[in-house]
Amino acid sequence: MSSGLPERIGRWVSRPVTVAALVVPLLTFAVLLQVLKARATPTTPQTQQLYLSSGAALGRMALSFDSVVADVYWIRAVQHFGGTRRSDRGEKSYELLYPLLDLATTLDPRFDIAYRFGAIFLTEAYPDGPGRPDQAVALLQKGVQHMPERWQYLMDTGFVYYWWLHDYPEAARWFQRASTIPGAPRWLQSLAANTLAMGGNRQDSRALWGQIHETADDEWLRAEARRRLLQLDALDDIDRLMSEAEQFSVSTGRWPEAWSALVETGRLTAPPVDPLGHGYVLGSTAQSVTASAESPLAPLPDEPPGVVTP
Amino acid sequence: MSAVRAIAVHVVRESVRDKVLYNLILFAVLMISASYFVGLLSAGQEVKIIKDLGLGATAVFGLLIAVFIGIGLVSKEVERRSIYTLLSKPVRRHEVVLGKYCGLVLTLAVNLAIMAVTVYAVLGYMSVTGSEEFRRGLEAPATDPAMLKAFFLIFVQLMLVAAIALFFSTFCGSLVAAGLTVGLYVVGHFTADLRSLQDVVDAPVAGFVAMGLSYLLPDLAAFDVSADVVHAQPVTIGYILLTVGYAFAYIGALLVGAMAVFSRRDFT
Repeated sequence: MSSGLPERIGRWVSRPVTVAALVVPLLTFAVLLQVLKARATPTTPQTQQLYLSSGAALGRMALSFDSVVADVYWIRAVQHFGGTRRSDRGEKSYELLYPLLDLATTLDPRFDIAYRFGAIFLTEAYPDGPGRPDQAVALLQKGVQHMPERWQYLMDTGFVYYWWLHDYPEAARWFQRASTIPGAPRWLQSLAANTLAMGGNRQDSRALWGQIHETADDEWLRAEARRRLLQLDALDDIDRLMSEAEQFSVSTGRWPEAWSALVETGRLTAPPVDPLGHGYVLGSTAQSVTASAESPLAPLPDEPPGVVTP
Repeated sequence: MSAVRAIAVHVVRESVRDKVLYNLILFAVLMISASYFVGLLSAGQEVKIIKDLGLGATAVFGLLIAVFIGIGLVSKEVERRSIYTLLSKPVRRHEVVLGKYCGLVLTLAVNLAIMAVTVYAVLGYMSVTGSEEFRRGLEAPATDPAMLKAFFLIFVQLMLVAAIALFFSTFCGSLVAAGLTVGLYVVGHFTADLRSLQDVVDAPVAGFVAMGLSYLLPDLAAFDVSADVVHAQPVTIGYILLTVGYAFAYIGALLVGAMAVFSRRDFT
């Protein structure tokens, strides 16, 4: 037994070379089997679950680590929003977005960005978002409750009423309330007055996004404001292109079948492109001009009937 | 005092020999990798999340050190019977307890100091490599000195936890001492709930007992000011002094208790 198997194993494991010679192939074999197993049994993506929905209970369980748990829920909210938005599965469900944001802000009531970005995520129209301005308003109100000194939440609430709900008297009321908070910019007062007097015209929308772009603390918010400003430019372009197409239609008795028809008659110098360089789509049957589906600017925002264009 | 110092130094040396400082490598890897991945996942909140994570991980790693070294300080000596060798030397029993505690506090101080430096280094790197706009958008500067208040209170909290662990270690086995310390750590975060129990239960005696317990048990939630410093909220010197005073009084009581138990314990 003195030169038996246990002794030989003892000798092997005492030499680094033999250890490496055994460990590397064994690990490689394990990885290979795992790859084969994954290919043989493709897993269906799991539906996301929220095991705990009570922020108060979660806060107690987190002991001193509420902020870290809040960060985890924030990252989950961002992943849920981005992942669902980019998924190519037919039905997109954003049903966990509000509960995740609600948990993040309950665990860390001063989580500023979770209120502001969260409201933007929630208002995005389906399929790019859940299209729930009501939830966005609820989230922002929670922020106001915890940080009444933040005029930004009041302005954002007004903005949801302005941009998404087209409820201009209510929007004006929130802009007015925001303007009374110490430290709020003076332009909020004139914005409130304009909103009340004129209802959403595109010039006011441009001014509003321009101010958000100028005053936002965060690069993501600034980028979102830039995108919205470009969407407004695209809406102006579409109005102009529709006018050209209609004039062509009046003079020739037919709707142009392609941009080339307008180019050939000298109404356009080239097929038109949006501010990001994607071509506009000329509808042949619906007599419409829209942004290309591939453009990051699509879909363009809805405007209320009778909107006053500059 | 020289006996206390010698025992304290021995505890620190033993913790180094037990590879306790390896946790710092894990901590550094966690912080550096988190700073990269969080930037990809958090939609512009990397500084806030690194601060939260840095303070949270410091508290967790420190807690593990305080509990697992603390419970073994006396009980392991008894279980391994090395206590006889120690007590045969010209050293008083209370000096053993005090020396062991000081050694553990020193180990915690070294660990926490290195963790704090690591967190500041990661945040400093993020701040230097970030744009001017990025820095302007922060609630508080990335390397905000106010974070030191949170690190300091975590350290004081861990001093208290170490005293609890040492106290249980003087009369319980390691496993029981670990259970009791972790149990008290958890309960120590619910003292405010205990205080308000009489408002939600219709049993005056239970409410009264809960109220008494809420004042008697260590209030460990008081040491958590992480959310305040991360959101640039003020943490006053008065609050820090009050909390530290509370901790020192509690630690004093626990150490006196531990010394009394250990002095009377019969090892024969």
